[in-house]
Formats: sequence, C-alpha cells, structure tokens
Amino acid sequence: MDLSGSRQILQPVRLSTIIASFAIALLLNFLPWRDLRVVPDFVGLVLVFWCVRQPRLVGLGVAWTLGLITDAGNGVLLGQHALAYSLAAFLGIWLSRRILWFGAGLQALHVGAILLVAQGVSLLVRLAAGDEFPGWAIVASPIAAALLWPFVSWLLLLPQRRPAREQTI
Amino acid sequence: MDHTPPPFFKRGPAPLVRLFFFASLSLALLVIDARFRYAEGLRSWLALAAYPVQRAATTPVELVGAIGSFFSTQAQLVAENERLRAKALTYSQHAQRYEAAYAEAEQLRKLVGVQERLEVRAIPAEVMYNGRDPYAHKLFIDRGATHGVRPGSPVTDETGVVGQVTRVHPLVSEVTLATDRDQAIPVQVVRNGLRAVAFGGGATGTLELRFMAANADIQTNDRLVTSGIDGTYPPGLPVATVMRIERDAENAFARVVCRPAAGVDRGRFVLVLTDETVKPPRPEEAQAGKEKLRRGRARDKDGPVR
Repeated sequence: MDLSGSRQILQPVRLSTIIASFAIALLLNFLPWRDLRVVPDFVGLVLVFWCVRQPRLVGLGVAWTLGLITDAGNGVLLGQHALAYSLAAFLGIWLSRRILWFGAGLQALHVGAILLVAQGVSLLVRLAAGDEFPGWAIVASPIAAALLWPFVSWLLLLPQRRPAREQTI
Repeated sequence: MDHTPPPFFKRGPAPLVRLFFFASLSLALLVIDARFRYAEGLRSWLALAAYPVQRAATTPVELVGAIGSFFSTQAQLVAENERLRAKALTYSQHAQRYEAAYAEAEQLRKLVGVQERLEVRAIPAEVMYNGRDPYAHKLFIDRGATHGVRPGSPVTDETGVVGQVTRVHPLVSEVTLATDRDQAIPVQVVRNGLRAVAFGGGATGTLELRFMAANADIQTNDRLVTSGIDGTYPPGLPVATVMRIERDAENAFARVVCRPAAGVDRGRFVLVLTDETVKPPRPEEAQAGKEKLRRGRARDKDGPVR
C-alpha cells in the first residue's frame, strides 16, 4: 500500500477536516511547552500541507489570518507570523506539483526548507525590530516539523481515504 | 478578439500578486504596531478570538494534574498535610510579627507626616502558557481587563517578583518576565540599602545589575528586594540573590549576575498586584527623554529611576 497517498484516488476533501486540523494545530501551538525553540510550528506545518494538497481551497488569505491570530495569541509584533505564513503558503502553492511528485522523505526535505525560509523571515523581522539573535537552536523547529511531515500527511489524508474493500472492487 | 479565458477557469489574481499584497499588508501592520501602536484594538479582538483555543489547550494539562491527584496515596496526603500545617504555623508567626511592625510603621509615618501607604490589592491568576516566541520571555495569565488587571502591574509568586504586566486583553494578559532583556526592576540590597536596577539576562534565565561601580559594596549571596522608588513595584518584594560578581580592571563597571528569587519559569499560579497610590506627575525633562527613547515598546512603562 502506498503511504504517501499520491497514487491512490482520494475522496474529495471536506471543509470541516481543514478547519478542524487548523484548530488542533493552533491548540498544539498554545500548549505550555517547556523549550519552545525545539517544538515544531504545528500551524505552519498544517498550513503548508493544505497549501500543497489543496492550493485552491487554502491560500494566502487563510495563512495571513492564521498568522495574525498566532501573533496576537503570543503577544509578538502583529504581522510577524502573518508575513512568515503568507510566504510559506506561497512557496507551498508554488511548489505543490513538484512536492507531490516525490516520496515522503523528499517531501519532508522540501517542507523543511519552506519552514526554514519562513523562520528566517520571522528572524529578520525581529532583528529589524531590535531584538537579539536567540541562538541557532531556532533551526531545530523547522527540522522537527520536517521530521513530523510523513506522519502528519498520513494523518491528515486519513479522512479522505476510501475503505480498502471499496478499492479492490 | 477577446482572449480572456471563460469565467469557468478564473482563479483570482496570480499567487505572486497575492503574496505581494499580503506581504505588504503584513509589513504595514508591523510598522504600525512597532512604531505607532495603533493596532492595539485589533490585537485585543484577535486575542479574544484566540482565547477559546488557548483555554482548550490548557485543559489537557489540568486534566493530567487532576488524574495525578486522584491517584495520590493516603500517605502522601498525610505527609503533605503535615508539611503544610508546619508551614502555616511559621507563616502565622510571621504574619503576627508583620502586623505589629506594620502598625508601628504606620504610627511612625503619621508622626513624620508622610503620605500613608495604601493597601496593595492582589489578584490571583493562573498561568495559561508561555509565549511562543524565542526572542522574548513572556507568559500569559487568565486574568484580563475585565478582572481589573492594568498594564504595568507587577506580578509575583509566593517567593518573589515574576515580572510585569505589559499588555492587557479583555480576558488574558501578557506578563513580561523579569528575565526578559528589556525588563528593568529598581532594586535595593537588603544588607546595606544600596540601590541599583536589575535587568533581565535574556536566555540565560538570570538577572544582571548593569552600571554598578566596580568598587560598589556588593557581595555574593546578597539579597535584592524592590526599592519601590519607581512607584510601580511595592517596596520590599524579593527579586534576586547575587550569584557572582565579575570585577574587571578594564571596565569601570562590575558585572553582577543574580539568580531570580521567584520561580520565573516554573509555577502555575501568580499574583497580580495593583495599588491605588497617587503618583506625583513625572518631571518634564524625564518625559522628553522618554519620548526620544521610545522605540514603540510599552515595556518598563514607568522606566527605571536612577
């Protein structure tokens, strides 16, 4: 059975799945984590997933709104995550055809790069605002997100899979 | 000849155009927020929108705690009870002594004719989560403007100063920890009354006394408490203990590193202190200097007083 799901005919996605996944990602981001630098950005990861899979449903507007909510919820400069997520969404949409061509491992590599670029934009914004560099540990977050990618893409495609019995017919 | 595609294929503007649109929108917001602080209303609304998710996120943690307490054994409870009773006894002794001293101080104040100090009101609050921001040290508490929290209020736990409320939303507020680099607390050495300003040490989780003369009378294990001369922190709250002092012949200043007294990165419950003391108006030149220094931040609202 193909785990990446790209060669399998999927059911059309339900809007409720997308909304629920974003809600759960926001919830995971708001959990009281110990060391935030190594925790993946779940919202960014789920956002890139939907931009790659459903570029016509989830786009830059959704990314921007999610970014604003994240900014307000974390008390950072308004627009920091909005900018980073918009860029991540754009890259996801732009590379969606290319990414889906690869297997799970290479997909994760692409996603890691996209999230790293988004993190870099965030870093530039904070440096411009007068904050100091928080150390190279911030690179760990996109890497952790990339490691989670195969699992997340399997999980988020689960509602769209047809039962195996139906496929054999 | 019309070469536009039929409306069937229309998908709105190209992704690159959208990226430019949203990026410029974000940048405009960033500038407005950082420079002019006009976006506070929008921020409050967004924070209100994020509130249910934040509440939901803290629920599983509470649930785990509840399950843990359900399985705690009888012996544990008895031991804890005993410990707490002993603690309560010492506290009640302290409280009695404090009350006597307070009455005495009050009387002396009346004799000297100094303005009476008003009671500090404390609002208990629960920590919801740490700010997801590696650049700043912040946490979020579940009390906001509707509960009477005001920006600038000091926040403490049972052992000392945790930080200061820097932003208040309707239902939550944002606390900048004492270890944040932009946070300053006017302190006093308990041993000799030497005044200084404690700055956050950033990622190291320590506090630092900057601009202390190299020959200043300060020692390792000196306790620092708030001096109260800033009018924001009530005097006498424990802030930190001096960990080490680096005196360098090259520098005119000593580098004093302190360990925060409060569990700045631990603990689930904090107290937000609000006092209704009447503050005298700030001097003119200090205001002008503050305007010049203002870099779009509301941190250390009242500024360190040296």
